[in-house]
Amino acid sequence: MAEPKTMEHGMTVSLVDTLKNKLDYDQLTNCMRCGFCLPACPTFRETGLEAESPRGRIALMKAAVDGIMQPDAAFEEQMDHCLACRACEPACPAGVKYGQLIEQTRDSIEQHTVRHRWWVKSARKMAFEGLFPHPRRMRLLGGALKFYQKSGLQKLTQGTGIMNLFPDELKGMEKIMPEATGTGVIKEIGVRHPAKGEKIATVGLFRGCIMDIMFTGTNVNTVRLLTEAGFEVVIPDEQTCCGALHAHSGEGGGAKKLAKSNIRAFKDLGVDWIVSNAGGCGALLIEYDHLLHDDPQWKDDAAWFASRAVDVAKLVVEHGRVPYFEADSQAGVRITYQDSCHVRNVMKSSEAPRKLMRSVEGVQFVEMEDSDRCCGSAGIYNLTQPDMAGQLLDRKMDCAKNTAAQYMITSNPGCLLQMKLGISKSGMENEMKAVHLVDFLYENMADKK
Amino acid sequence: MWSDIVKKELQGIMGEQWVKDDPQSLVTHSYDGTPMLQSLPDAVIYPENTAQVSETLKVLSKYMIPVVSRGSGTNLCGGTVPVQGGVVMVMHRMNRILEIDLQNLTATVQPGLNTKQFITHVEGMGLFYPPDPSSMAISTIGGNIAEGSGGLRGLKYGTTKDYVLGLEAVLANGEVIRTGGKLMKDVAGYDLTKLLVGSEGTLAVITEATLKLVPPPKYKKTMLAMFKDIYGAARTVSSIIENRIIPATLEFLDRPTIRVVDDFAKLGLPLDMEAILLIEQDGDMESVERDIARIEEICRSEKAERIQVAESEAEALKLLTARRSAFTALARLRPTTILEDATVPRSKIADMVLEINKIALKHNVQICTFGHAGDGNLHPTATTDARDQEEIHRVEAAFEDIFEAAIRLGGTITGEHGVGLVKAPFLEWKVGAAGIEVMKGIKQAFDPHQLLNPGKVFAKSSRKRVVIEHG
Repeated sequence: MAEPKTMEHGMTVSLVDTLKNKLDYDQLTNCMRCGFCLPACPTFRETGLEAESPRGRIALMKAAVDGIMQPDAAFEEQMDHCLACRACEPACPAGVKYGQLIEQTRDSIEQHTVRHRWWVKSARKMAFEGLFPHPRRMRLLGGALKFYQKSGLQKLTQGTGIMNLFPDELKGMEKIMPEATGTGVIKEIGVRHPAKGEKIATVGLFRGCIMDIMFTGTNVNTVRLLTEAGFEVVIPDEQTCCGALHAHSGEGGGAKKLAKSNIRAFKDLGVDWIVSNAGGCGALLIEYDHLLHDDPQWKDDAAWFASRAVDVAKLVVEHGRVPYFEADSQAGVRITYQDSCHVRNVMKSSEAPRKLMRSVEGVQFVEMEDSDRCCGSAGIYNLTQPDMAGQLLDRKMDCAKNTAAQYMITSNPGCLLQMKLGISKSGMENEMKAVHLVDFLYENMADKK
Repeated sequence: MWSDIVKKELQGIMGEQWVKDDPQSLVTHSYDGTPMLQSLPDAVIYPENTAQVSETLKVLSKYMIPVVSRGSGTNLCGGTVPVQGGVVMVMHRMNRILEIDLQNLTATVQPGLNTKQFITHVEGMGLFYPPDPSSMAISTIGGNIAEGSGGLRGLKYGTTKDYVLGLEAVLANGEVIRTGGKLMKDVAGYDLTKLLVGSEGTLAVITEATLKLVPPPKYKKTMLAMFKDIYGAARTVSSIIENRIIPATLEFLDRPTIRVVDDFAKLGLPLDMEAILLIEQDGDMESVERDIARIEEICRSEKAERIQVAESEAEALKLLTARRSAFTALARLRPTTILEDATVPRSKIADMVLEINKIALKHNVQICTFGHAGDGNLHPTATTDARDQEEIHRVEAAFEDIFEAAIRLGGTITGEHGVGLVKAPFLEWKVGAAGIEVMKGIKQAFDPHQLLNPGKVFAKSSRKRVVIEHG
């Protein structure tokens, strides 16, 4: 065996210890290296390198824990390179919980690394600790953003080229940012909304943090869609950020704290379902039980919460009265769909959105090739791993173009922004528009009042 | 020995980025699909064409460095674990379809081509490549050839070996040989093509293959027959063949396997049955309907509880895909899954199933059985835990008994996985001491310095055991 590379002393040793401590060794052993995950993995598909596959990454984690290799800088980079799209999980007959393994690994790395680019690290700290957990600050930020967009400042910055000071990946995003609001869904329409017709169940809306200020309209439309489908909707104001970005970037402690606040907020209301319209958030909500499984005080409540968390499309199709949808235009609209990895692979909702889209009269649904493949957005992956994200997006837009669809429908704000970016980058603004599934459905709901 | 000088020379041939010796590359090429085996190579290389393979082997033989060529590493016999270190040669970059010859119905491909992509491609052209190993979504054609892979359609259509017409391969000293060609008949000398198929990378590195294609079947039908009596199911297999029906697929799954497959694929399989048979027949509509009707009769006479015919192609495909996942799905039961590959004549399937269950009981280990019953190829699979040394010894003892039973029933120690590292101590049981000597002589002729995939096929010592002569 080759001599392992030595690194700054102390740091490596403690990272190994942390990995040993955090990684679930049973899960590492459960991977029997059959390779069924390889064709499902976007980074393996792009590079063809074993180390870029789930089987490879698990082998690296296990080798680090077993002392076969030192978790060096390349190891850390490889773990960062994973999109955490979790397409490997449904593909794994052995049921290995890869998502948990990569989170445990990143969590360990995060405790030791000094490696992240300055702006990623500081932006993360600001956002994760100072912003996402504080709805009021988020709304203030939304207000500021709105001012920036409305006042002409945005035009000015775009005109002056001041954005050239920022990394390319931020520049691209800045251009396609939707119009923010400074309000949020509760300020717009209030907390409690009765069902139309006979009530089927009471659902709590998980409004999200970025979702609520960037896509307030989508949250409002989610409420309208749900009430129309027979649900009473409540939106507890005490809820906070889901913690997904924390958990996915290896800050498990922060995620747990937020999870507890959310569990309390929804448990107090005794709702039948907790509905989410953002895949990234939903995927963590549905795994709160795992997040808090070793906390005896919270274990049961977390399981209560996790068993009720559901994607909006799945709830409507499986438990609601599906409203009648009809397109206004007589021309025949073509639509296509980009799965949110987390809605598909974790919330297991891929049929339901398609069923709803197909139910819209006067609309033709075309399946996009590789619609189940990650678009490269993946939380903040597109900012931290711009090369791989860009490669995935380019391929995605080739597939998008082939559908000749006028609407690219998505189920997650990250994917929605990424699709907007892709459409803008490939110069398809005049042919294609990216829209959230809920907004598209509400737009085409026949008797909206 | 691997050194910076060797590295430089290889980088000169392939380019810097395709010669890797960082810890990450070494760890991720230290294993394959076989449990409990791991060994680090000294380097990993990715050639792009035959010339590079040839030049590389010249360099490696000059320095006497062993080389393991591999595709996706899905094999289950330890065939691609670099047990003596050296260089792992990954064939993934050589993944092109070079030609589809519609006049001769052949395809010429590079070894790193993904099997399923190839199958999908030729099916798109209205042709058919029948070998379909369960790992085909991941495996490569070159890997299939090296291991002599079988699959779910082996019963009626044969396995990989029946579809390889010609090969280009590079010998250990770097010389390139060509065998066979686009020929249905060829008896010029020894059949080196057949010899290389299943040679597990120990004789040469395959760099190109000419494969036989056939017209696709016009019609197919898939059915499930479910049994409360496991031996009834096993007897049905023999009975179908005895009645001169050769289904395209005839798969057997016992109860624990049904449960885990259903847990993964959510098919709604009957969980109260002791065994199910998954049967597919293809061909002309009339003959398929006739065969399926006759098979139904046979199943009923063996007291099948329920018979269900797939209603759509999608449903049939789902069943077959789920069956392909059986091996990995069994990992849901215990952390370590050791799958074996005992094969018996088709008439002995029921006897073999009986033997396996007896042996499992005797050694107190959990063994699930599924497999390509129609061609006698069973996969008794132990679900265990590698961390429990004592249990692993019992599992090993059970498998020894299983191999012995298979040979006693006129079978073999491996039907489609290959000998590799895992079966090497048992090879002599099957081929005898003289057989081993002949094989070693062949190895010597191809690879005199033992550089190609060393440590595989031939064990340092065979397991001593009195084996009853074939009955």
